[in-house]
Amino acid sequence: MTSLESANKIKAKFGDIVSEPSEFRGEISLKISDAEKIFDVCFFAKNQLGLNYLVDISSVDNYGEDPRWTVVYHLRGVVSGQELVIKTDVSEEKSELPSVFGVWRTSNWHEREIYDMMGIRFSGHPDLRRILMWEGYPYFPLRKDFPLAGKPSDLPGVAFTQVTPMEGGPFVTLPSSSDSIAREPRVRTPEDAEPGISDKRLVDGKLK
Amino acid sequence: MATVQDIEIPDSAARAAAIEEAQDIQGEKMVLNMGPSHPATHGVLRIVLELDGEVITKADPDVGYLHRGDEKIAENMTYTQFIPYTDRLDYLAPLANNVAYALAVEKLLGIHDKLPPRCQYIRVMCAELARISAHLLGLGAFAMDTGAVTVFLLTFTEREKIYNLAEAASGARLTTTYTRIGGLMRDIPPTWCDQVRQFLKEFAVALAEAHTLLTRNRIWVDRLRDLGVVSKEMAIDYGLSGPNLRGSGVEWDLRKNQPYLCYKDLDFDVALGSVGDCYDRYLVRMEEMKQSMRILEQCCNKIPGGAENKSHEPVNVADGKITLPPKEKVLTSMEELIHQFMLVTEGVNCPPGEIYFGHENPKGELGFYINSKGGGTPYRLKIRAPSFINLSILGELMPGCMISDVPVILGSLDFVMGESDR
Repeated sequence: MTSLESANKIKAKFGDIVSEPSEFRGEISLKISDAEKIFDVCFFAKNQLGLNYLVDISSVDNYGEDPRWTVVYHLRGVVSGQELVIKTDVSEEKSELPSVFGVWRTSNWHEREIYDMMGIRFSGHPDLRRILMWEGYPYFPLRKDFPLAGKPSDLPGVAFTQVTPMEGGPFVTLPSSSDSIAREPRVRTPEDAEPGISDKRLVDGKLK
Repeated sequence: MATVQDIEIPDSAARAAAIEEAQDIQGEKMVLNMGPSHPATHGVLRIVLELDGEVITKADPDVGYLHRGDEKIAENMTYTQFIPYTDRLDYLAPLANNVAYALAVEKLLGIHDKLPPRCQYIRVMCAELARISAHLLGLGAFAMDTGAVTVFLLTFTEREKIYNLAEAASGARLTTTYTRIGGLMRDIPPTWCDQVRQFLKEFAVALAEAHTLLTRNRIWVDRLRDLGVVSKEMAIDYGLSGPNLRGSGVEWDLRKNQPYLCYKDLDFDVALGSVGDCYDRYLVRMEEMKQSMRILEQCCNKIPGGAENKSHEPVNVADGKITLPPKEKVLTSMEELIHQFMLVTEGVNCPPGEIYFGHENPKGELGFYINSKGGGTPYRLKIRAPSFINLSILGELMPGCMISDVPVILGSLDFVMGESDR
């Protein structure tokens, strides 16, 4: 079965919610207008059409447009060699669509990543936690309204919120705005310095 | 799980107490945190293990310690500017990443099957050298974690030679950035093919030596065999790719199944495992290195223009809107000056559309999904990282194994965190 035949079979089975297959650079893609049906479409594609391998799930933020999110599934038949792209839109208010974990177990981490990076939730996912960022991180970095340089974090970070433990130690300069000589803890100025060992050892040019 | 215990105590009351005590010990589980900085995790992977004695009952891999936001970075620069970032994905095979990314952008441009033949051959050679280099490191580290330190020294000697070859071609040993959109940074030096032949000659000896050190080594075989078995169905279900997929006996190699570059004209075999255990994955990688040698040998002989390129075969597509014009023309001709200016300031002008391109990288299928709204910058670039997906199977693979099996399973999956965390 070729990719186009599979696309037409999905179209015949699900009818109006599936767009006409389109082609770009040899890739056949379908758009599903109802995101709630994505599980059924994927289940059908895997079990009836032999698209047994989920290559990847990608997400796109169409910032400023409605619906805001597009989720893209890349399917492949590892025996037949066919490939199919299935896309679906999700609105920002909803930001949720069914998980395909029941079809391919590999979608577990893909969906966690999309939740982590874009903030789209997957209903029915067994363990929807952040994966690349840490638990408790408040933003979704791949959204278009997230700035490139990042935002300050709520997590206590030693380097940015407190004096580093080394500071003020024997080998570290003291924190202040004065010049580097004044900040050096080992510095001895001529006024306050007691005579050093080297001074004590030589009296009148002779070794004591 | 060990359930049978021999308790040899003649006194019945003392025996009952001993049995009770033994059962108590079995009921207790311990959580062990492995990583993120652990020599066997090859980078910054953290695994939270739940243990019953020495047996793992649950494993939860935790990734993201090396997350740099490469996908976000890509949205804010031109296609060409992102090439150096691909070096830092799978940093054991930067040349292969360069090739994969360039091909993805070229697919968006619609020129991926119109590349000059010399460019195709050089790219294949780069990808295969990178495959040998990555497998060598994987093998060396794998063997060292299992206790065979000699192999590590052997493979690193050979990797050094590959670094020299990368340096001769691109000028850099690790951060190669050798490909450009529509071609290469420059042609290979005239002596490069001879250097590759010399390397192949020496490498064949080293590979045979690695075989004698490991393949029939009793300790090695005992530790690897029947461990971490991934069935065919499981491998497909979890989306494994590369040697891990083929180790389970699934015949899928993008070089054969969706041939790109000049792989159609080259003769090589796809190595397949039969059981899907750690030993099979090891054997598949060993055989892949052998096949890569075959490919390199053929490329050296068949490269259009020959090693010295006396017939001046181009390595870049002849399109001023995609590849940079020669410098002497920029300084003398108006049209080339405009092309150079536009390419450097705006980037390669790509059509609107979206594509996915998967490349058979050493670790598996490295894919780029590019969503373009036109212009010189991708609107969205998603990296399908094979290491990330190969790691997702750990939670299923580890329960039931002993804790000493963890480094073996990790080594056999052969991942790299720079790519996994992106």
